[in-house]
Amino acid sequence: MSDRPAILEVRDLHAWYGESHILHGVNFAVGEGEVVSLLGRNGAGKTTTLRAIMGLVGRRTGAIKHRGDEIVSLTPDRIARRGIAYCPEERGIFASLTVEENLMLPPVVQPGGLPVEEIYELFPNLKERRTGASGTRLSGGEQQMLAIGRILRTGAKLLLLDEPTEGLAPVIVQQIGASVRRLRDLGFTILLVEQNFHFAARLADRHYVIEHGVVVDRYSRDDINQRMGELNKLLGV
Amino acid sequence: MQTILGIPAPLLFGQLLIGLINGAFYALLSLGLAVIFGVLNVINFAHGALYMMGAFVGWFLLTHLGIGYWPALVLAPLVVGAIGIVIERTMLSRLYDLDHLYGLLLTFGLALIIEGLFINYYGVSGQPYAPPQALQGGYNLGFMFLPAYRGWVIVASLIVCFGTWLLIERTQLGAYLRAAVERPELVRAFGINVPLMMTLTYGFAVALAGFAGILAAPVYTVSPIMGQNLIIVVFAIVVIGGLGSILGSIVTGLGIGLVEGLTRTFWPEASSTVVFVIMAIVLILRPHGLFGRPRE
Repeated sequence: MSDRPAILEVRDLHAWYGESHILHGVNFAVGEGEVVSLLGRNGAGKTTTLRAIMGLVGRRTGAIKHRGDEIVSLTPDRIARRGIAYCPEERGIFASLTVEENLMLPPVVQPGGLPVEEIYELFPNLKERRTGASGTRLSGGEQQMLAIGRILRTGAKLLLLDEPTEGLAPVIVQQIGASVRRLRDLGFTILLVEQNFHFAARLADRHYVIEHGVVVDRYSRDDINQRMGELNKLLGV
Repeated sequence: MQTILGIPAPLLFGQLLIGLINGAFYALLSLGLAVIFGVLNVINFAHGALYMMGAFVGWFLLTHLGIGYWPALVLAPLVVGAIGIVIERTMLSRLYDLDHLYGLLLTFGLALIIEGLFINYYGVSGQPYAPPQALQGGYNLGFMFLPAYRGWVIVASLIVCFGTWLLIERTQLGAYLRAAVERPELVRAFGINVPLMMTLTYGFAVALAGFAGILAAPVYTVSPIMGQNLIIVVFAIVVIGGLGSILGSIVTGLGIGLVEGLTRTFWPEASSTVVFVIMAIVLILRPHGLFGRPRE
């Protein structure tokens, strides 16, 4: 556990999609201002964990505490209004909205969000393409930047990022990594799901490994080098 | 007398005007259907019955309460919209996770019940509803005579249709709606109360039907079956324009009205069939409709 106060605490989280029981008692915590990654193989339950926190699964039980308040029974819109923002794996850029409309879509839920100029500074590509084109005409990397950029405006301080590097060229992955680092410096707390272990290893303060819907291990940043062998085995990389 | 393609000009323009009036109603109704289909994924068969109720609310306000046309123009859509909100909250909202067919069956049943009740009390012969004082009479345009009320119908319909288009395509609220059409779950995860938005959308769209109803009261007779006559054509228009396309439903509504008017002039027997012929051709050549986008 970190020495910082927990902004998010997940205890014995179970989640179902219809009849399938996906999470079997997930436990972890994220401290204020930390970058924490959830690692694991395909189908281990990482994405489902993020979706369960947002209230986007069929059914869930257990405890999810956000700043000390229980949110496990809230609807997704109420959870978002508390200042938790979600960037889905498929990015979720809207084809019927322009780039700028996509960026301006999520409502401001709390004061203190990044001004639009600062978001454009973080992702200069978006500024060039902000008007006219539909959001889905962007390249994959630009769509990912848009998906992250739009949740920075809202004032949410806890960001759930699902595989932000998936399918992107190495140079874009580097750019996303630099942005995430910058966001941590700005005081955002980030819960990151990653397949790309090397990307996560450079960014995150701590890592949890999920397997078959439970957290099976945890590593601090300093542990990683010494325990690389067992991690590689766990992740199958 | 001046003739165009062997048809006396006043006759041709008269039929085009009737076509444009019908088109104005088609546009208002198909617009509502398109919005409902886009946001709620429901094929709203009750739309014709709600349109009829709009006309009846106007008639009822006038005959029983002495409330005239202009207040009714605001009250009728509000009443119909409120009824729509009750329908959505108590019944439709339970069907969103199921196949389209269930929403269609529910609203079809509702239409039968509503129309059956009105036929039971009012018969099918229809009630008269006079145009308001200010819109009686008409203008001689030189090439034809334009009754003032009919001109107003076209103007009012265009204003409301264009206003709705602006609302959906150019405002933040409209952006929420368009986004919710694509990914309702994600929009909700951004903090928007999507179920509430769906309820209000249904209320708004059926209020458009109520508005069309009161607008139609002085043109057609106020009758329980006035919606039945219209709704099938309106569905064809939504399909031609492209399911869920706002602009498509407006343009196609007006266009089909005009095409029907032309057909009535040159080949009267085909005038009530032409829309379905067009629908068949469009479905073959552009399965997503003239303005439609394939749904993901």
